[in-house]
Amino acid sequence: MSLKYDLSAGTTRGLNQKLHSLGIANNTESINVINPNGAHALAVGLSSPLKINIQGHVGYYCAGMNQMAEVTVDGNAGPAVAENMMSGYITVTGNVSHYAGATAHGGTLLVCGDASSRCGISLKGADIIVKGSVGHMSAFMAQSGRMVVCGDAGEALGDSLYETRLYVRGSVASLGADCVQKSMAEKHKNELEALLICAGITGADAAEFNRFGSARKLYNFKVDNADAY
Amino acid sequence: MCGIVGLFAKTKSFEKQLGCYFSSMLNEMTDRGPDSAGCAIYHNVTAANELKIVAMSKVPLSKNELLAAIKQSFPEASVQELKSLHFLITLKGKSKEAILELNRCFPDLTVLSSGSSIEIYKAEGLPKNLLDKFSISSMSGAHALGHTRMATESAITTAHSHPFSTGDDLCLVHNGSLSNHNRLRTKLQKEGIYFSSDNDSEVAAGYLAWRIKKGDTIEEALNHALEDLDGFYTFAVGTKDGFAVLRDPIACKPAVISETDDWVAMASEYRAIALLPGAQSAPTWEPAPGKIYSWSH
Repeated sequence: MSLKYDLSAGTTRGLNQKLHSLGIANNTESINVINPNGAHALAVGLSSPLKINIQGHVGYYCAGMNQMAEVTVDGNAGPAVAENMMSGYITVTGNVSHYAGATAHGGTLLVCGDASSRCGISLKGADIIVKGSVGHMSAFMAQSGRMVVCGDAGEALGDSLYETRLYVRGSVASLGADCVQKSMAEKHKNELEALLICAGITGADAAEFNRFGSARKLYNFKVDNADAY
Repeated sequence: MCGIVGLFAKTKSFEKQLGCYFSSMLNEMTDRGPDSAGCAIYHNVTAANELKIVAMSKVPLSKNELLAAIKQSFPEASVQELKSLHFLITLKGKSKEAILELNRCFPDLTVLSSGSSIEIYKAEGLPKNLLDKFSISSMSGAHALGHTRMATESAITTAHSHPFSTGDDLCLVHNGSLSNHNRLRTKLQKEGIYFSSDNDSEVAAGYLAWRIKKGDTIEEALNHALEDLDGFYTFAVGTKDGFAVLRDPIACKPAVISETDDWVAMASEYRAIALLPGAQSAPTWEPAPGKIYSWSH
């Protein structure tokens, strides 16, 4: 069953309550949301495998805390899209503002345009794939998960990075503290190819990307001590 | 927080509707700044040798008393009483002399704007209060800037509300906070720039006025601002001919710009722009950090 929700006639809370109740009933396949007009906090806190298509630009915190749901924004997204996502798949066809995918633990965020600053800040396990470029301070203190940038990266990429793996095809304006370029081993190429396939990206060859990661000098972890934990 | 909006008409027909759409934009930013609001509207250009001043009194003041006093020095002056103790004064003369004279005669009168096109209005409370009081939605204009304030740095008074103007036809609205404003204010005061409050954003407006006085274009002045202003900011700056947008290089404060054949709009959030005709299909982007965007008629 396919449903439509018009935000020019309804409210954000009405939409979110509807989506949550549909999740519990579990007999709806997809929901089209129209006239978002930059509204905040759309499709947040979902915890069931719904398919949601938002037609237009959205404001702050779209699809935050998502679990299992597949959310597509056909437009641009404001700050902190997919913040603290746990699982699921979020696609933005346009550009995204600051902090896209901040603290996300799992799932995938696909940005078809550019992401601005601090994309993937404190990333905790999700995959972020950006077809365009990312702004400054992206992957700041990112802990695990992967970030793929098909375009360029802004200044201070991966500052104070933990164990997120970063793949960038274009130029990197500068690397942040403790972020270094690393070799692309076969396993990394395979990992990147799988991520590109997952995002439906065919025009980019894994061999064109450089890999960046933590020099592991800044954070309080020595791989030699791994057995102690 | 704070919300800022700017709307620039690219066609004569859109100029007629500018006040209406601008009002919707400012109203939409209420959540970002419910403490006070202000706007600068550029319209009704004066004759070549004429100057218009918008001044606001802190104490009850009659139009006739104001007119009588100003006529002593500016015999051809006229005064129109607006709402909330705002007065629109038109005269022949230089703004510096006129402002000094007004300050001398009426210490409780604050000049909000001076120039040939700019008019600034401010009010405490929700933006709707300001928009209704001054009937902004019925105004036409070439461009307009507005601000909804959530006070963080200085008191909630009309005088602390944006836009700030410290030069003819020049104004600034600011979302953010500046950290080196005290020292910079002292320096600018020595250079002859006059400030009417202890607000940080007014220092930014004064800084731009000082650079322009030294011969900078607005773009050059903003380039110098990138060097000399320390803090967080998204600025929208209005001049007689147009407006400019600048975000600090760290770019913590939000901004969105859209453009069509009829208008250019900037706002803290897209939802303020979404209300404009043709917004859905308009190119929309986030201004890059430390980059100056400007439009002029």
